[in-house]
Amino acid sequence: MGVKIGNGERSRPAISIFGLSKTYASGLQALKDIDLEIRRGEIFALLGPNGAGKTTLIGIVCGLVNPSRGKVLVDGHDIVSEYREARSLVGLVPQELTTEAFETVWDTVNFSRGLFGRPPDPGHVERVLRELSLWDKRDERIMALSGGMKRRVMIAKALAHEPRILFLDEPTAGVDVELRREMWGTVRRLRESGVTIILTTHYIEEAEEMADRIGVINRGELVLVEEKRELMRKLGRKKLTLQLAERLHEIPPALTGYRLELSEDGRELVYTYETQTGRAGIAALLADLNAAGIRFEDLQTEQSTLEEIFVGLVKGER
Amino acid sequence: MNLYAIRAIYKFEMARTFRTLLQSVVSPVVSTSLYFVVFGAAIGSRITDVDGVPYGAFIVPGLVMLSLLTQSISNASFGIFFPKFTGTIYEVLSAPVSWLEVVIGYVGAAATKSVGLGLIILATSSLFVPLRVEHPLWMLSFLLLTAVTFCLFGFVLGIWAENFEKLQLVPFLIVTPLVFLGGSFYSIEMLPPFWQTASLFNPVVYLISAFRWSFYGSSDVSVSVSVAMTLVFLSACLLAVRWIFKTGYHLRT
Repeated sequence: MGVKIGNGERSRPAISIFGLSKTYASGLQALKDIDLEIRRGEIFALLGPNGAGKTTLIGIVCGLVNPSRGKVLVDGHDIVSEYREARSLVGLVPQELTTEAFETVWDTVNFSRGLFGRPPDPGHVERVLRELSLWDKRDERIMALSGGMKRRVMIAKALAHEPRILFLDEPTAGVDVELRREMWGTVRRLRESGVTIILTTHYIEEAEEMADRIGVINRGELVLVEEKRELMRKLGRKKLTLQLAERLHEIPPALTGYRLELSEDGRELVYTYETQTGRAGIAALLADLNAAGIRFEDLQTEQSTLEEIFVGLVKGER
Repeated sequence: MNLYAIRAIYKFEMARTFRTLLQSVVSPVVSTSLYFVVFGAAIGSRITDVDGVPYGAFIVPGLVMLSLLTQSISNASFGIFFPKFTGTIYEVLSAPVSWLEVVIGYVGAAATKSVGLGLIILATSSLFVPLRVEHPLWMLSFLLLTAVTFCLFGFVLGIWAENFEKLQLVPFLIVTPLVFLGGSFYSIEMLPPFWQTASLFNPVVYLISAFRWSFYGSSDVSVSVSVAMTLVFLSACLLAVRWIFKTGYHLRT
């Protein structure tokens, strides 16, 4: 599925992926002909169940996985022929907690900076460590840190060389609520400084909270890519619940054209509608209710969450 | 050239060496001393000179090579196997570094350690026997060349090995026998004719023989053939590493 840039004249995309496929030696086809463009400066969330191909996609862009077919450009640089330019722009926080054990926090973050070809800059490393609340732990060996702290160390390593594009592969898996909030704050500050962020997540809450755009991937295929708000508007369902003034025994025949449900006690009428079709339905419904002589005391609307949208999509029902 | 990356890898690997100083330096020194006690004192006292060199002194170059080869392979193979095993290799693979920079960092550090070890063993030996080095520059060159070559071999081995068993297998089953049969403790002229000929197919014979020549000026085989063979092996290892990084063999999926 091709993705068009909204206005057509924005700056060069942070990442362009063309016809990317990956078949592992085992025969598993992890990615099927993916086309995707990540815009500069956005937070892009890649959503999908386990085994959907999220990590494979990130792995190819970052040089950990050989693509079977297709092409990837990072800021216009081909990831194979111009790997130096491409990779020096990218930071990666992998899903697994893989850290050195015996190194100190300070050493390992400086190692990462050097590895990515940047001259030593203690000031920058200090800022990164402070941002991630690791400054007090800088002289500790990584093995002595808690899981949450190790996760921060991995983020610090990825930020050590001042990347312009940051991949976070399930950054908050197994992280407590407080730390998750903190990380979201860090990600937002990074975005404000112009860093493009691509995150994969199981927590739809996370995508809903953070992302500008969302891509849904399932069984190696990009099911859709959409602005978050647009996605929620298009695919979201809304529920209008009316608290009736008097009990109703059945839905009057005049109203059967609407998707209505009557609660068992007959005091609540629930109207489900697609936000896509617009809100014209509500006005008509209310007028028809009035005409039928049904009065209500209160009403409330409720929008479906991304989670519900996502489950609907992956199950193949839209 | 990403010099910062080379330096980062080198520094990291050297830090690992210093963390494991006891295991990486003290134990080879102890085992070398044991060889001197057993071969030099107990058995050597019953052996007369070999090519005009007292037996105790004769085995020194062989002992240094023995440690140099085994330590180079085990050190360099472990240096790359371990990050592969724990998963931290992801960072090196995602970094803007060429295969050559990665190799210079890892193999450079491993070779530094090996050469240092070789010199320490030499120094230890000089406490037991009077040492004479006729061609000191050649001696250092052989030390360096052998260390680099076998660290490269170890590096390839570390990438090839998928588990600890395979990592141990090659040093145990191939390298140790070759080294022991490579004339560490004897001149191949002391062997029956058949085994003398068989020994010529053992590459380690050439290494030890040339190294011994730099000490005492006598050699079982031609020194230039020895240098040439080592260089061929070194080039083969380099090509293997280049191929590994090009294809991602056992590194990228």
